[in-house]
Formats: sequence, C-alpha cells, structure tokens
Amino acid sequence: MKFDTPAGQNPIDRMTVVGQPVDRFEAKLKTTGTATYAYEYHDVAPNVAYGYVLGAAIAKGRITAIDSRGAEAAPGVLAVVTYRNAGPLGVGRFYVQRMLAAPEVDHYHQPVAVVVAETFEQARAAASLIRVSYARSEGRFDLAAQMDSAPVAPQGEFGGPTETHVGNFERAFDTAEFKIDGTYIVPDQAHAMMEPHATIARWDGDQLTCWTSIQQMNWGIRDLGIILGIPREKVRLISPFIGGGFGGKGTVQCDLVLAAVAARAARRPVKLALQRPIMFNTTIHRPKTIQRIRLAATRDGKLTAVGHESWSGNLARGRTEPTTLSTRSLYAGPNRLTRVRLATLDLAEGNAMRAPGEAPGLMALEVAMDELAEKLGVDPVEFRILNDSQVDPERPDRPFSSRPFVECLRAGAERFGWGARNPKPGQLRDGHWLIGMGMAGAIRGAPISKAGARIRLDRQGVVTVETDMTDIGTGSYTVVQQTAAEMMGVPLDKVVARLGDSSLPETPGSGGQQGAPSVAAGVYAACVKLREAVTQRLGFNAADAEFAAARFVRVIVACRSRWRPMAATSSSRTAWSSAIWRGASRSRPLARTTPRWACMPSPAKSGCVACSQHVPPAASSIRRRRAARLSAA
Amino acid sequence: MRAFTYERPKSPAEAAAAVERRPGAKFIAGGTNLLDLMKLEIETPTHLVDLQDVGLDRIEDTAEGGLRIGTLVTNTQLAAHPRVRRDYGVLARAIVAGASGQLRNKATTGGNLLQRTRCPYFYDTNQACNKRTPGSGCAAIGGYSRQLAVIGASAGCIATNPSDMAVALRVLDATVETVRPDGTARTIPIADLHRLPGTTPQIETTLEPGELITAVTLPRPIGGRHFYQKVRDRASYAFALVSVAAVIHENGSGRVAIGGVAPKPWRVEAAEADMPKGAKAVADQLMAAARPTDDNAFKLPLVERTLALVMTQARG
Amino acid sequence: MSSTGSEPASPRAARALHEPSSHGKERNATVTECKSPGITRRDLLVTGAVPPVLSAMRAPAAKAEAPSPATTMRVAFVVNGTPRELDLDPRTTLLDALREHLRLTGTKKGCDHGQCGACTVLVDGVRINSCLTLAVMHEGDTVTTIEGLGTPENLHPMQAAFIKHDGYQCGYCTPGQICSAVAVLDELKAGVPSHATGDLSAAAEATHMEMRERMSGNICRCGAYSNIAEAMAEVARSRA
Repeated sequence: MKFDTPAGQNPIDRMTVVGQPVDRFEAKLKTTGTATYAYEYHDVAPNVAYGYVLGAAIAKGRITAIDSRGAEAAPGVLAVVTYRNAGPLGVGRFYVQRMLAAPEVDHYHQPVAVVVAETFEQARAAASLIRVSYARSEGRFDLAAQMDSAPVAPQGEFGGPTETHVGNFERAFDTAEFKIDGTYIVPDQAHAMMEPHATIARWDGDQLTCWTSIQQMNWGIRDLGIILGIPREKVRLISPFIGGGFGGKGTVQCDLVLAAVAARAARRPVKLALQRPIMFNTTIHRPKTIQRIRLAATRDGKLTAVGHESWSGNLARGRTEPTTLSTRSLYAGPNRLTRVRLATLDLAEGNAMRAPGEAPGLMALEVAMDELAEKLGVDPVEFRILNDSQVDPERPDRPFSSRPFVECLRAGAERFGWGARNPKPGQLRDGHWLIGMGMAGAIRGAPISKAGARIRLDRQGVVTVETDMTDIGTGSYTVVQQTAAEMMGVPLDKVVARLGDSSLPETPGSGGQQGAPSVAAGVYAACVKLREAVTQRLGFNAADAEFAAARFVRVIVACRSRWRPMAATSSSRTAWSSAIWRGASRSRPLARTTPRWACMPSPAKSGCVACSQHVPPAASSIRRRRAARLSAA
Repeated sequence: MRAFTYERPKSPAEAAAAVERRPGAKFIAGGTNLLDLMKLEIETPTHLVDLQDVGLDRIEDTAEGGLRIGTLVTNTQLAAHPRVRRDYGVLARAIVAGASGQLRNKATTGGNLLQRTRCPYFYDTNQACNKRTPGSGCAAIGGYSRQLAVIGASAGCIATNPSDMAVALRVLDATVETVRPDGTARTIPIADLHRLPGTTPQIETTLEPGELITAVTLPRPIGGRHFYQKVRDRASYAFALVSVAAVIHENGSGRVAIGGVAPKPWRVEAAEADMPKGAKAVADQLMAAARPTDDNAFKLPLVERTLALVMTQARG
Repeated sequence: MSSTGSEPASPRAARALHEPSSHGKERNATVTECKSPGITRRDLLVTGAVPPVLSAMRAPAAKAEAPSPATTMRVAFVVNGTPRELDLDPRTTLLDALREHLRLTGTKKGCDHGQCGACTVLVDGVRINSCLTLAVMHEGDTVTTIEGLGTPENLHPMQAAFIKHDGYQCGYCTPGQICSAVAVLDELKAGVPSHATGDLSAAAEATHMEMRERMSGNICRCGAYSNIAEAMAEVARSRA
C-alpha cells in the first residue's frame, strides 16, 4: 500500500485505542524481570560456552605478536580467536569499524581476541593471559589540531550536502551591524545504554541464529552476512527486548561478529557480552564536534546571514557528525553558508547517536541565537518567532506542509511561565542559589519508510501481529498493538504483538525516528487487507464495514443493519506499506483535513525546549530545576 | 579475576593469622572496592579472608565518652546511629554524601578507610602507573588530571584519596585500632594512617602486612556545628572535586579538613587558629604548598569558596 | 610536582609525560609487552585441570606450594523463599550465580562494577549491588530478587505502581530500580538518613528530594526518572 494521498476517513479516526493512555504491552514482563534480553536465553543453546573480548592496549599501531598459549591452556578454555584464525572478516555497510585488529590496531580497545571457555569466570581470566606485543605508531587524536587541514567532507548517504551556499554570506556577515561569531565544542559522547551489547550465537550447519540486541534487523542480517561472507538468508537475528540503543545498536557490532566467529571456532554456541569498561572505545559513539556559528541580523532582529561550519573526525571512510542539518531548515535568512569538514582521527568510530548531527548542531545554533538576541536586546523567544520560516529557507518556493513552530514557541513560553523571567543574568535568587531560565528551538526530520507486517486472526478472536520492528524502550509493541486493535475493533488484550525477529516482515527498525510511524503504517496496511478478507468472507462490502467491540466482548463487523461476529472467520494476511514523504509532502501543500493520527507523514517535528537551572555563586554547581518540551509532529 | 581460595575465620586473631600465613592473602569485608579491583586484575589476591564472622560489627560508647566503631560496621549503620547523628554529625553527613545507598549498605568502616584511588590511570591497566607497577611512570601527570591531587602529591603520583568518611574522621581526630598477626594491638591516629605517595605510591598506609583494623574510635564529642560540603560534577553519586569537613563553634573557631585534593584528607591544624578571620585566611594556609596541574588548578579557589560557604552557613 | 621533603622529579616520571604507557620498559622500545608472564604450575593447580584437547604449555616445576584448593565451593542460601545449594567457582558473583546458575535473569548486569545499580537485589532485606559481592560470601543468607517481589499474576505494589506511572522504557534498569525503590521505603521507615536529609536528629520523610537522592545509585539511560519518582511517591503515600 502506498501512502501518497490523504488518508481521508479511516478507522483510526475513532481513537478509542490509538491516542488513549494505555499500559505498555510488555509492562508486566519488564517490571517482574520476565522480559528476556539477549544474553539471557538459557533454553536455546543448552551447551553454550562463554566468550570474552580482549581489547587493544594501544591507541594506534599494529600487533606484532600474540602468544595465546597460556590462555589456551587455562582451565575451561575451548578456543582463543584472533585475526590469525578468525577467517576473513568484511566490513558492514553502515559502520566502518573493523571487528578485529588484523593486525593493524585502528583505535584503543579495538578487539584483539576473544576467548571461549566453559564459564564466564574462566573466559575472563584466560583473556588476561594472552600476551600481545604491539608496535605503536603515531596517532591523530586531536580534532582541534586538524581544523585547518580537514577537508570538506564528501557527501554521504545521510546528513545532506556538506556544503551549501545561498546568497552571499561573507558579504552579508561582514557588513552587518549586529553579529555573533562563536565557536562551540561538544565532546565525544557515548550511548551508554543500560544493556551492554550482547549476543548468543548458534550455528546449525551453515545456518546462523543469534539472539542479540540490535535496533535494525534488516541492516543486521545484511551487515552480518557481508562481514562473515555468508548469504543473509543464512542469518536470523532475534531481539524481542533491547535494553536501550539510542543508535548505539543500529546494526552489527563486535559482540555479534565475535560471538558468531567464536562459536564457529569452538564448535559450540557462544554467549558474549561486552564488558562495560571497553564499550566506550569498542563500539561506536557520537564524535566530538567543533562548530563555528556566525549569525548576523538587522537592528530589529531579522537574520540576514546564517553561517554554520562544523568539524568532526572519524576513522577513514567514516561519516561526519552532520551538525548543519537543522540549521538549513530552522530559521529564515537570505544569505546562508553551511560547511562540514571531516578530519581523520584514530579514535573509536563515530556514528549515529540519538539525533546525529541535530543534537550538537542545534545546541550550537541555539546558543548562538541566544547570544545574538542578547546583543540585540530582543527577547529570545521573540527572536525565534521573528525568524520563523514557513518555507524552506534555502528554497523559498517550497513551503512546509505545516510548521507550527511559532505556536509551539508561544504556547511553551506561556506554559513555562516565561513572562516571569528576568533577562538580566544574576538577578533572581532562591537562598544561595541563582536562578536562570532559558529556551531553545528545535527541528528534526521524521521520515517514514517502507514497513511490513503480517497479521493473523484466530478463532478465539485474537489478532497476532508480526513484524521485525524492534522495541528499544520506545513502545513499539504498544504502537503495533494499538494500531491493530483500533483497525480490527478488538480490545487491546486481544492483540498479540511479536517483534524483533529478522524472519518476520521487514521494517526499517528503530532508527532515525522512523520506527513508530513506519511500522504503524505497515500494520495499518496489513489490517486493511485483513479487514477486506474478513468482510469478503462474511459477504460484506469492505468499504462499508465497521469493526467494533460489542458489549458482549465479541467483535462484530457491521454493515448497515447486518452484523456478524468477526471471530467466525480466522484469517491471515501479510501486507506491505510504503510511504513516500519527501516528494509528496514537501512539494505540495497537503489538505488540512488529514486526521490527527496521520497515515500521511509530516516532514518534520518542530518544537521548543525550556528549562530553568539554578547555580549557587559560591560553589559553582549547576542544577536543573524544571524542564519542558513542546513539540508538534 | 584470578582464582583464589576463600575462608571465613571466626575471630580477629584467626583472621590476622590467616592472612599472614599465606602470601598473597587479603582481607575482604564488604568487598565493594576489592572486588571491583579484582575484576580488573589490579588486585590479585590468591586467598581471601572474609571478615564477616569475626564479631567486629558493634558501635559502643567508650569509657572516655567517645565512640568505638567496629571495623565491620557498614557505612549505612554508622551514618544512621543516633549518637553519630547527634554528636558527630560531620561523620554522618560525610558518609551519606558518598557512594550510593546500595554501596553504603555493604561497605564497611575499615574497607572505606582502605579503599584505593579512583584515578582513571590507576584503573586502566594499559596505562603507566607507579602505584600499580612501581617504576612504570605516571600517565596522569600530563594526562587528564581534573579530578586528581593539587597538594601532597609527588613527581611519581598525583592520585587522590576518594573517601568522604575519612575526611570527617580526620576532622574529628579519630583513632584507628588494629591487631597484628602476632596478636599485639596498637592504635594509629587517623592522620598517620594514610601515607603520601613520595617515591613509593604503591604503599598507601602505615599498616604492616597482615595487620587488621579492628575499630575506629572517636574522642568525646566537641560540640559545635557540623558540616560536610561536597562539590562534585553531579548532584549525587560522584566523587568529590573538593569537599570540606568542618566543625565550627559559635565564636567562629573550629577545625576543617579538605577532601578531593590530596592523597589523604588534608588538614593543617596550625591554620585553624585563623578560622575566625574567614575562609581566605584559612584556605591560603591549607593550600600553601599546592602544586596543581592546568586541569585541576580550579580546585584552589574552589576550596576557598566552599569553605566560605560553610562558614556562612555556620553563621546563619 | 613534589611534596615537601621528597626527591626532585625523576627523569622517568618526566618522560612519562609524553609516553602514555611504558610498563617499565625502555621508552624507545617499539614493542610493548602488555600482558603478564604465562601461568605458573601453581596457577594450573589452583585453577583446575587442563583440557587434553588443547596442549598445555608445560611450565617449569615450581617450588612446593600450599596444597591445591578445590576449584569450586559449595554455598547454600535462600532465594525468593526457596533454599538453593550451588557448587560454584569462588569468583562467581552473587549476580552471576543468580543469572547464570539459577537462571533468574530478572536481575541485570549493566556494568558489573557497582556503578549502575541494575544488579540491585535484597539480601536479608537490605539492598546491595549483587555484582560487587561473591556468592560464597552469602552462606545462609536470604536473597530476594525482582522475581521474588512479584510475578505478572501477583504484582508487588511497587511493580504495579511502575506500570501505572510508566516508570520504565527499555526495561533493563527496571528490576534494579524496583528492588531499590522497595528498599528505599524500608530505609526511610528505619530512619536511615541520606544526603537530602535536612535535620539529622529527626526522622527523614519520604519527600520527592529524599527519594530522588536515595535512588541515585540506580541509573536509567532512557530517562524514566520522573515517572519512577511518581511511582514511588504513590506507594509511599499508600503506606503513610
């Protein structure tokens, strides 16, 4: 099903389940410790062995010798895998990191070996018996040192163009009366999700099944197949519960590869979890950025020049932190410059972490906006309102389909009590604490991608929805459950959602904020098909049918004056949906009558964030007192 | 974690003898520091002597009107004790300012005193550390030293002592009671328990091999208002950048010890005569010999400001 | 950097400024041995038999050592009301004894170093980090895990409150949060003070700030903190 026309009237409009507050589908499992995470499947591989990773002890260089005899001889040890016996390992399509130092060491704590033993304690102890000799080489770790030499980044698959020009930025900035030129540094950041990366890998012949913790199933089987050199059809990944991702488990990382390789070497299933101390350098992270924001405005607060330059670093072939994304669409200004430079750094790979580019980029932009507002003597909220844009700031011929940014700002300011703010710093006190209040604007793309779901109705009236979508704490189970319940007219407790298995219909998974709207669209599409099948079986006209939960806890399908119980037909349908958003919604204004729960995607979410902090002057600690966010989706 | 054997003796003498008997043996009480280090193979005992049954877990009044705290008393028990809260408030405040509820429930008095530094280079066994491997160098000097010592350090080590409780005990003039493997007992003033690193940062206390801390005693209460002001990057569950333990009397006199700045709680009794003159007078003397790094020089004004904050609270 | 009375900065320490890791070797060496020497015979004896499949590097015979200890120890404790007896490697933490040996996977390993609180369990009613204690240290103890607090069919009030207030997202910190939350209310009742307690001479109250402070040892990266606080407040009110 393609979503390229307004949805019109549809069953979701009833909003009896969708849009209502409900307990999560998996509420009782998570609060009683009975939701099972990757490392915890005790019944899938009765003779499982334990793997433990040894990370490189140097920051850059190469391994010159590995003596693993002591480890191999240690009690309980079944195998020690290094680049010498791991077999060839490729590189996935989204992350550029290599899963084993082979023998080049690309970054600190890059895996050097994995030990397999009968118990965790034995594997961990044996890892410290491996004697590794290294030759160090000079590394590049300092982003600031490369600001002059770092080239403009090549455009990648994500993040948009790395250099854009509109009008004449330099002239507009040079000649402006009011301007700001600030440099903002955001340090390297780690996802640090609560569940460490973990995998149980089991080979059955040449079929590989892994219980793991991964956000995007389709990329997972693609990348694991590439890395191991096996067809993706031979790989099945299972992640029904994920203990946090934030982008840090987007696709395959070393736990998954090394568990599979170790299982192959030891000829036993292997379970492996990364130990927390090495996770920070073994897995991907948000790389440090240095950003230069130059803004210029007229005396009455209209931006005339918007310039955003950014530096980040990465391993060779790694991507940028695309900080200029939001700047290109948030505020109006006729003269614009963005430029992203990419240095080569010998640090752990930088890749997607919660709002990649947008989080550090918006921070820098918004601080600069605040600083310019102060120079202008304009209220920060009014300054944003003055510079709102209802069209694409780079291409004014393209209007947003809707962009209630100003409404967010006004409503947020009012609800937060912005009127009570004293714009002069250091004036408001509470005991020995100084109180301050600030705000920021925000914008983020919310794409929708093709997503599939399979839906089945049984004779007990239970609707089972299956999809490879994942739930990383985001509520995917409940979104799927609510969507199906509303569409099929069944109570919530009659919907079972099965997620997180690569053998189920494909979705984009959890990433880029696209998961919920995409899978909801897919489930919607599957339900439409199921409704058709049901009504057909009952002899109704699908277009006139209404599925509703009757008083006697039986779902009825009603058509005019006739009705039949739905459970009399048990049926199964798989349907795919695809949603095209960029073309449709950005180039043509859409009807305002689309229902609130939109099958029609919106191109962006905009909003604002406000918070108040307090600081005691003597001791210089900062505490956040209140924070609020208002978003329009 | 290397393999070890384990036993649970029934008396302090048995415990001390057990450790002396086996080279590589260590006492374990709560284990919250030792096990952390054993997982990283920074500590590699071959034998663990578990103290939980040796009967040193009581808090009792002393004949002098003070308090004797058994070494196995947990941090939670100590902070919650009515006499500690009433008469030695700085100690209760210091304890609850440290760690987390879970850790305080398990960590013991003796273990807290003996906990090792959290210097990130000490913890990363790939880095040079004279404390872990004497003679290998100190990667913290010239490295990331924001949390590390500004005073009392040496050319070989700039690690800090992380204990909050120890700073309070220092300001209270506590005494450490021990028993040695030969059965003899002795007392060590708290000021003399921890050593400065000098050229041997791997030797952290004046305890002899196999010597077991059995109790910490506090002198009779000295009255005054008690404060433990801890400045850290987070509102809770983080080590001190700077902390001030202070007892201040109505006339402005008192005593003060500083945490987070040195390899041991930092107190200069001679400076305390100037307490009525204010924070700067005292802080200047306290930190006169300070040799900070670029990363941690901020601790010097922070000491003064934190002390000033405490003194303001004492007056108010 | 030297304290009074110590010798001047040593050349080695000065060089350490530029050489992050030398492990006692010559500064100019390009080869750095990074791990300790191979095992001794004593280690082999202590840690158990060598599997015949992998030929061992036979270390030279060492001098006479103490008698080789057993490689596992028996320990018995009560878990969620049921007596359990295990034969364990002494290195096994209580956390791994629960997760790997008793297959009670509700308690989570988030960091294994006592920094996150996901492993919080109750031992004799007291909350501790089960990753920083050895199973063998708990002979005769009573352990309560999240599974022992309540089940999907029979929820503990704190579990029900967490559901009602949506006090979780990914769920990985949740068992530790709930065990901790239950213990926090008990600690408040028992008069244990906290950093947030204003008057040490009075009993602490179950205020918002008190509960936040006492829960600071349980990290939630999904940021469910405010909902967790509300869940706890509701249970605290219902017990007041």
